[in-house]
Amino acid sequence: MTAGHQPAGEIEVLRAGALTTVQDLGRPGYAHLGVPRSGALDPAALRLANRLVGNPEAAAGLEITATGCTLRLTRAATVAVTGADAEIRVGARPGDVGRPLSVPAGAVLRIGPASRGVRNWLAVGGGVDVPPVLGSRATDTLSGLGPPPLRDGDRLPLGTPAGPPPPVDLTVGPPPRDELRLTLRLGPRDDWFTPAALDRLFGTAYTVSPLSNRIGARLAGAPLPRAVTGELPSEGVVLGAVQVPADGQPLIFLADHPTTGGYPVVGVVADVTPLAQARPGTTVRFHGPQR
Amino acid sequence: MRIRPVGMHALLLDCADPGDPSADVAGLVEAWRAELTARRERGELTATEIVPAAATVLLDGVPDPTAAARLIATWTPRTASAGGAAGLVEVPVTYDGADLPIVAQRWGTTVPAVVDRLARTEFRVAFCGFAPGFPYLTGLPADLALPRLPTPRPRVPAGSVALAGPYAGIYPSASPGGWLLVGRTGMVLFDVAGDPPARLTPGTRVRLVAT
Repeated sequence: MTAGHQPAGEIEVLRAGALTTVQDLGRPGYAHLGVPRSGALDPAALRLANRLVGNPEAAAGLEITATGCTLRLTRAATVAVTGADAEIRVGARPGDVGRPLSVPAGAVLRIGPASRGVRNWLAVGGGVDVPPVLGSRATDTLSGLGPPPLRDGDRLPLGTPAGPPPPVDLTVGPPPRDELRLTLRLGPRDDWFTPAALDRLFGTAYTVSPLSNRIGARLAGAPLPRAVTGELPSEGVVLGAVQVPADGQPLIFLADHPTTGGYPVVGVVADVTPLAQARPGTTVRFHGPQR
Repeated sequence: MRIRPVGMHALLLDCADPGDPSADVAGLVEAWRAELTARRERGELTATEIVPAAATVLLDGVPDPTAAARLIATWTPRTASAGGAAGLVEVPVTYDGADLPIVAQRWGTTVPAVVDRLARTEFRVAFCGFAPGFPYLTGLPADLALPRLPTPRPRVPAGSVALAGPYAGIYPSASPGGWLLVGRTGMVLFDVAGDPPARLTPGTRVRLVAT
């Protein structure tokens, strides 16, 4: 910090919760060096939270998982929470998901457990100002780049707010669903699977496994038998790639996915963001892009 | 080379040739990587990522993959030459890896002969993966390919030089790993303050010099 700057405030982490990480829009452009993209699992939800508090859309916020978290701000700030349904309190005062909230200096901000869906994104006016790593402040749970997941007692620096938030009153996203219908385009390795496997993929329901995380959504259901046995030489993979390991159970790659993989990718899901709110047991059905 | 669709914004250039087992697939991958990277620099190709791998080059973040595929089909990559533009990096290696006897046994030779072979080989970074800055080094003949350990080690120290399949590799940071350990280096392979952050980038020629 240069001389003369006032500290722009901090977030004190009173209760970190199950998994709370700093996230922004990730670090694209380094996949050829083995660096995952990372970033918010639902970038639109983080962008929205940032807009609600007057931040640039790419500012870093917090991604909060399932059990909520409790924070204190050392300076007054406008904050906004997007994503899952959750009870929010500023001190004793209730707040709403999707609405900007004024938090006085020293007040306690509680984001309760997700009552529907899994994840929330919190934006604070000025943004979370941890040092960027390769152009991003995102925590990458696969490679360990970026700040570690929050722990109780951590203090995170805040940036300086750009100006007053825009006059956005309330925004409502679509509620998390009990059944997801995901658009999937076959390839690049659908020819490694039997025709029966592709019928199963499009014709049967899968459920989200409790082993899912920021790296991938693991599915359980009808296994997808291979037409080609043997090992696929490692190849680059993309967000939404549906990789099928030896047990035949598909895995949909999310933001912290590895840059290369050694199992065939049967197809690619066009939009993975609904998976950010998919609880274990959620039903997933695939359909082709033509429907 | 065959171009395969990958979702709505990516393409996979598949350089494998199932009809020709003697084809230099790694050489073709490197030629395409260099060609596509140069074309992107000249503004002839838009892609967020150009990711080489064992037999493929992935283009991700392509605004119009159909148009890009048509264009790429008209291009011919210049043949990768061993003495290409990318520099030669000498990695100092202490050859004291725990798995040297296993490698010697598999290769039907002695530990000193394994070390001599590795130290005399000119490698090239085929691609990075597994961890940030982990280089997959090609240069060993296919008949010296090695299986991984049946059970991965829970922790392989940073700087470990190891072999698996047709590749040599170097662990940039400590991690679990199933490659056969042949030595170690003190060279820092990944530094987020560096530009580029990886010391050994795809296309770089590498020697694993005995110290």
